[in-house]
Amino acid sequence: MNLGPHSDFIVAAYAVTVFVVAGLIAWVVLDYAAQRRVLGDLEERGITRRSRRSSEG
Amino acid sequence: MAVIDLANPTRFLALVNRLLPWLVGATAVLFVLGLYRAIGAPDDYQQGATVKIMFLHVPSAWLGMFGWIVMSVAALGTLVWRHPLADVAGKAAAPLGAAFTFICLITGSLWGRPTWGTYWVWDARLTSMLVLLLLYLGVLALYWTAEDPGRGARAAAILSLVGAVNLPIIKFSVDWWNTLHQPASIFRMGGSTIDPSILTPLFIMAGAFTLLFVTLHLAAMRNEILRRRVRTMQLMQAQALAEAGA
Repeated sequence: MNLGPHSDFIVAAYAVTVFVVAGLIAWVVLDYAAQRRVLGDLEERGITRRSRRSSEG
Repeated sequence: MAVIDLANPTRFLALVNRLLPWLVGATAVLFVLGLYRAIGAPDDYQQGATVKIMFLHVPSAWLGMFGWIVMSVAALGTLVWRHPLADVAGKAAAPLGAAFTFICLITGSLWGRPTWGTYWVWDARLTSMLVLLLLYLGVLALYWTAEDPGRGARAAAILSLVGAVNLPIIKFSVDWWNTLHQPASIFRMGGSTIDPSILTPLFIMAGAFTLLFVTLHLAAMRNEILRRRVRTMQLMQAQALAEAGA
């Protein structure tokens, strides 16, 4: 594939987009793992939400 | 499941957990197809291969504005109806909209240098897009710095509604003022001026980016709901400790 004399600009545009989108995906995935971990720790210590207690009771 | 049931965060989470794998798959498939068609698209007779930047620039511009529309609707939900998921939706959309606006500005600048001979001009389209990015950063600052999440959410909702004024300015700036940026060439009276060999991959890429936005938005909303549960449980733990110590 020949991108012509301005290939640097095209490659840079795609590289920036991939970098930002990868950052968004990493942020969402890591944040989910972090929230699940903290929730798990709290539930292990016996702390449950009122709504969950009432639905289970 | 009725639509009203989605107001319940637990039911919403169950729906998101079922939807996300399908959305991730559909997004990946559409990106593979879109990139394949984008790579195979012919060069523009004037711009040459730099037209390939359009497949990133235009969808990210649309999603930068779409993100603010989502935040504005969510702001109405927060301020008027006090919908439990409205603020969650607004807060989750802000970083996504900011990121796509940033991509739009950077790719536009990289497209502008070989096409116009400059990375940046202070014309109405470029400036109003930069204002959109600054508004996004303002909303994020309100969410991240407010000590009381409720007050931060209301302030962000008000800024979201006020900032919506910028959307028609962005859209019609190329018609209202004399700009270096080209006028509308895709959605316009009389049809698109772009050849189908370039327009088709552009629409596929726009679909892929839109699915990516929806997927990330739902995932970020799920994270925000979990974060609020964590906060509630931490407050309950602190309260229990305080009562035990009293």
